[in-house]
Amino acid sequence: MTILELFSYGFMQRALLAGILIGVLCAVLGVFLVLRRLSLIGDGLAHITFGSVALALFAGLQGAAMLLVSLPVVLLASLGILKLAGKARLGGDAAIGIVSSVGVSLGVLLAVLGRGYGVDLFSYLFGSILAISQAELLVAGGLFVTVMALLWLYYNDLVALTFNEELATVSGVRVRFLNGLLAALTALTVVLAMKLVGVMLISALLILPASAALQVARGFRMTVILSVLFSLVSVVGGIVISFLLNLPSGATIILLAFVIFCFGYLFRQLQTVKNRS
Amino acid sequence: MQELIRVEQLTCRHGVVEALSDISFSVSSGDYLGIVGPNGSGKSTLVRALLGLMPAYHGQISLFGQSRDRFSAWERLGYLPQNLGPLNPAFPATVFEVVQLGLLAGKTLPKRLCRHDRKQVLEMLERLDVGHLQQRMIGELSGGQQQRVMLARALVNNPELLIMDEPTAALDPEIRDRFYELVAQMNKDKGTTVLLVTHDTGTIGQYASRMLYLDKKVLFFGSFDEFCHSPEMSAFFGEHSQHLICHRH
Repeated sequence: MTILELFSYGFMQRALLAGILIGVLCAVLGVFLVLRRLSLIGDGLAHITFGSVALALFAGLQGAAMLLVSLPVVLLASLGILKLAGKARLGGDAAIGIVSSVGVSLGVLLAVLGRGYGVDLFSYLFGSILAISQAELLVAGGLFVTVMALLWLYYNDLVALTFNEELATVSGVRVRFLNGLLAALTALTVVLAMKLVGVMLISALLILPASAALQVARGFRMTVILSVLFSLVSVVGGIVISFLLNLPSGATIILLAFVIFCFGYLFRQLQTVKNRS
Repeated sequence: MQELIRVEQLTCRHGVVEALSDISFSVSSGDYLGIVGPNGSGKSTLVRALLGLMPAYHGQISLFGQSRDRFSAWERLGYLPQNLGPLNPAFPATVFEVVQLGLLAGKTLPKRLCRHDRKQVLEMLERLDVGHLQQRMIGELSGGQQQRVMLARALVNNPELLIMDEPTAALDPEIRDRFYELVAQMNKDKGTTVLLVTHDTGTIGQYASRMLYLDKKVLFFGSFDEFCHSPEMSAFFGEHSQHLICHRH
């Protein structure tokens, strides 16, 4: 089979398009999350997503309709993490730990209660991008436009907030609102990314391309651009390789992203040695 | 003269510990106020309370005639924090990108920069002798260079009020003197109102027109001349220390 033939399949076109949309979102958000040391919020929300998927399956929902449960549940959880961290005298990591463990417990409990959908739940744990439907792609497109529009609108405020929260406050940036917005945008992205790489690997898609970009970029804008580029190479390359070699797509995407990160790290080390000599 | 800052009976607490007690003072347009006091006297707490970075326990704060809680004209003030400790050294921004963040306050969403803004950033960088560093990463600079970049960030919006907390801590003596000269020049030529927190009582006397001596409460607030001629301050500091501060040695 040639590469061109591969791209002629409808399911492959849908998978690539959805992968590109999700990859771009994760790459841009990932830069802010990694720099704000909030990378694990993606992991925590992914666990909540697992619980929400179990809830949707328990309610008898399938395909895109499951997002009707997942999106509000994960959005609420993201705001719950912020509330817990702010009000309950907890650090962000403890708040994420509490909310994510509740999500997993809920998922396991519902999986046992609603015997018979274990295989479906498993597909959400590790992703099944090649099985994405037309309706799911449309939802992904709508959410992509929403998240990117908000990121475009608040880009400079988010850069200021990421650089230093106090200086951002004194520049008139609405810090509490932006923290909530960042958590909500991450929640939307995590729910979308669940189909691409699965609950277990979502946080890697947020962290790896951004971390690789941080190794090589010189400037904030360049970091965002490189993060998007690395993410797209991982996602498109991962989907194609996984199909050709009959491998799980989520794991292939993440391992490819890790290889890119290793090259980025190596590049930085070589630059450091060169600058010293 | 317009009153830019008014503080009345301000009390602040860190948990159960009272960090500031019953503080009242005001700053008018064109003033150069030096806030001095020993370690732990509440100088930084006062600045943070003024800027809304910590809640006031009791009392009133107004900025430019507006209650601090409702204050929104952030483009009218520039702030240089005590140190760059909280900044992530791996933050991937160039010097130019950091300084342009100082222009966000006056903008409406989506807060994009125009050609004039970029020119303003370059001019400020040149003015502070860091123009050649504009494409360098902020984390690669020395402490002194970083401090000058942060000063450029605070000044790039041409603020009417400049609030600085221990700005010279990371600077070597030569750069420190130039820094004080530059701030004094802005105060004199442009009428920029300056509020400067410092340990450096010996130097601040050369530049500040007024002084607030703080040790959890206000020990002295008035003009520098009043401070130097005050028998209470002579009794408090001893004549030798007072003479050093007042440059009569």
